[in-house]
Amino acid sequence: MAVVRYREALNQALREELTRDERVFLMGEDIGVFNGAYKVTAGLLEEFGEARVRDTPISENTIVGMGVGAAMTGTRPVVELMTINFSLLAMDQIVNHAAHIRYMFGGQVAVPMVVRMPQGAGHQLGPTHSHSFEALYLHVPGLLVAVPSTPADAKGLLKSAIRDDNPVIFIEHEYLYGQRGDVPDDEDHLVPFGKAAVRREGDDVTIVGISRMALTATRAADVLDEQHHVSAEVIDPRTLRPLDLDTILASVRKTNRCVIVEEGWPHGGVGANLAALVQEQAFDWLDAPVGRVTGADVPMPYSKPLEQIAFPHEPQVVDAALATLRDV
Amino acid sequence: MATTPAARRGRGGAEADPAPLPDPKAAREWLATMQLIRRFEERAGELYAKAKIGGFLHLAIGEEATIVGAARALRDSDYLISTYRSHGHAIARGTPPQAVMAELFGKEGGCSRGRGGSMHMFDLERRFMGGYGIVGGNLPIAAGFGLSADLLRTDDATLCMFGDGASNQGTFGETMNLAALWRLPVVFMVTNNQFGMGTALARHSAVTDLQVKGEGFGVPGVECDGMDVADTYRVCCEALKRAREERQPVLVEAITYRFRGHSMADPEEYRTREQVAEWRKRDPIALWAARLADEGVLDEDAVRRLDEEAVAQVDEAVAFADSSPFPAPESLYDDVYVLGGQLQGWYSVDERGPEPHRGEAERDMDADQIPAREIYDRHASGPHEGTEERPADEAQDAGERTHDGERGG
Repeated sequence: MAVVRYREALNQALREELTRDERVFLMGEDIGVFNGAYKVTAGLLEEFGEARVRDTPISENTIVGMGVGAAMTGTRPVVELMTINFSLLAMDQIVNHAAHIRYMFGGQVAVPMVVRMPQGAGHQLGPTHSHSFEALYLHVPGLLVAVPSTPADAKGLLKSAIRDDNPVIFIEHEYLYGQRGDVPDDEDHLVPFGKAAVRREGDDVTIVGISRMALTATRAADVLDEQHHVSAEVIDPRTLRPLDLDTILASVRKTNRCVIVEEGWPHGGVGANLAALVQEQAFDWLDAPVGRVTGADVPMPYSKPLEQIAFPHEPQVVDAALATLRDV
Repeated sequence: MATTPAARRGRGGAEADPAPLPDPKAAREWLATMQLIRRFEERAGELYAKAKIGGFLHLAIGEEATIVGAARALRDSDYLISTYRSHGHAIARGTPPQAVMAELFGKEGGCSRGRGGSMHMFDLERRFMGGYGIVGGNLPIAAGFGLSADLLRTDDATLCMFGDGASNQGTFGETMNLAALWRLPVVFMVTNNQFGMGTALARHSAVTDLQVKGEGFGVPGVECDGMDVADTYRVCCEALKRAREERQPVLVEAITYRFRGHSMADPEEYRTREQVAEWRKRDPIALWAARLADEGVLDEDAVRRLDEEAVAQVDEAVAFADSSPFPAPESLYDDVYVLGGQLQGWYSVDERGPEPHRGEAERDMDADQIPAREIYDRHASGPHEGTEERPADEAQDAGERTHDGERGG
């Protein structure tokens, strides 16, 4: 076990999988000579060479599509997109092709490809570089969707993603790249998809945090405990497809209250989806309406104070949790 | 702009320099395959009118030489990838017509198990890597096949066919650039049938000489007579050799014409009967049969016998498609994911009711427990040929309703 940053944990995962399986290769904009816009791929070009660590032109739809074709014919591409907003340029290849090819061709081929991309607000990058789009990808059958919030999960989920035979949308977070955490040294440290992590145990309210919001939810739980004597259970689903709803439902059946925290927009969001599932599957256990804390329903503003109130922080999560208690 | 068959450009014209004849066996096989595609497409059109086939149906009648000439230039280990007009490509690659027709019928015996339909044929075994419904969507994927060949150090080449309409998509320029930059063994063939759906070439492309559209990206262009199977074969062989041996991607423009509408829902108001009649004078099958007669390879009787065999094969295809079952209702969730390992199923709640299900569990359901079973049964039991004719104007109505959503080249 060593303490490393989230970006270093991702780098370790890529290095280990490139070493383990020669069919694995990386491609993306500025991942090689420039070492990656967020330095996740630092040093890999030097170590693995130009054939396996490929700088691409700025052609998102085509590099994802080439990944699809390469994955169909015996290799295992890991495509990096510089930010999740740019993945919208590749939506055709991700949805119409990567996600559908296995099904629409009757199961004859698989698309074992990982598309990595960071998301999230807080760096004053304005309305084209700051969004959180996990809900868009959660929507699509055929994709797997990972939203790791810790360095250990970043590494373990990325290794699982690369070894999986399905197309994976792997959503990193710009704020988290610099965060440190314990990461196992074991080269077979895998975190399986579809297994939520209980970050903190509690009895009074379940708080589900998505991506960075798992950290925000954990800090909010500390405040609830210290200032309000409320015991919150914090769950990080870690993957949204497949979703470990069982762990969430078990918690809700214990606490009888649920709040979902996400950075993305409210309409059609992860919280909207989860709230529907929870009320369908655990209605009789709920003592209050399922609460949601989401990003503001606006394009992300540049100005720092505005940006900071456009995505959730601990106080909003604390308030939402307390609201579920007041409703009793 | 090649709006008439005579207006040819580029290499000087096949008329001046006829492509050499292949050996008689191959010459006969090319003709037979073109006839088979023609008869298959004609029958598919009839069955569409009888509501045996759903969705959109795009026929390649008139484009048979482009398809067969290109497909025969490939090795068995090479990849062919095409568009939503791909019945003929699958057949030319060796996919049994039975499996193609069954796919049109939406049957389990279809080459995509009834999940894809007309626009999404696929046959991995024969390296026919798919028909694709998104205009221009197949270009990056083709380059990906080339990238795999590079990384795995094989000498497999890829032939990627698309329409003139696709040459205006962003993926065209992006893929040309990447294929040339990375020296990928891919031949791109733009099947210039003169129209992107109902929009004539000169109304959709500022540069109508499509073979030059790759040059600025480092992909040299060459033209072939898409109505002449031997010329198409010759040009594709040369292009594939460059792609395979020099790692130089090439853009081939095949000048051709579709004799039928863009799809069955096409009133063809964008062209005149005279123009179609002019192009029909260079019917690729008649041209090849005439050349083989002139050169003493086949006489008229032999051509007729081959045509009768094609009709018989199509009869068999229809019989197979009719007898093949519809995909079982419990197979609805098959092949959304590769299951096994960390993914044993997935949690979903959908139109089939509030009880969660997990992919693989669907297989364990009793047939009569399947939600919406009555709806399935109603649709699986009809329509039957001859009992439920699709009114002639229905296809056109469908076209008018959906024109905004259907594009093409």
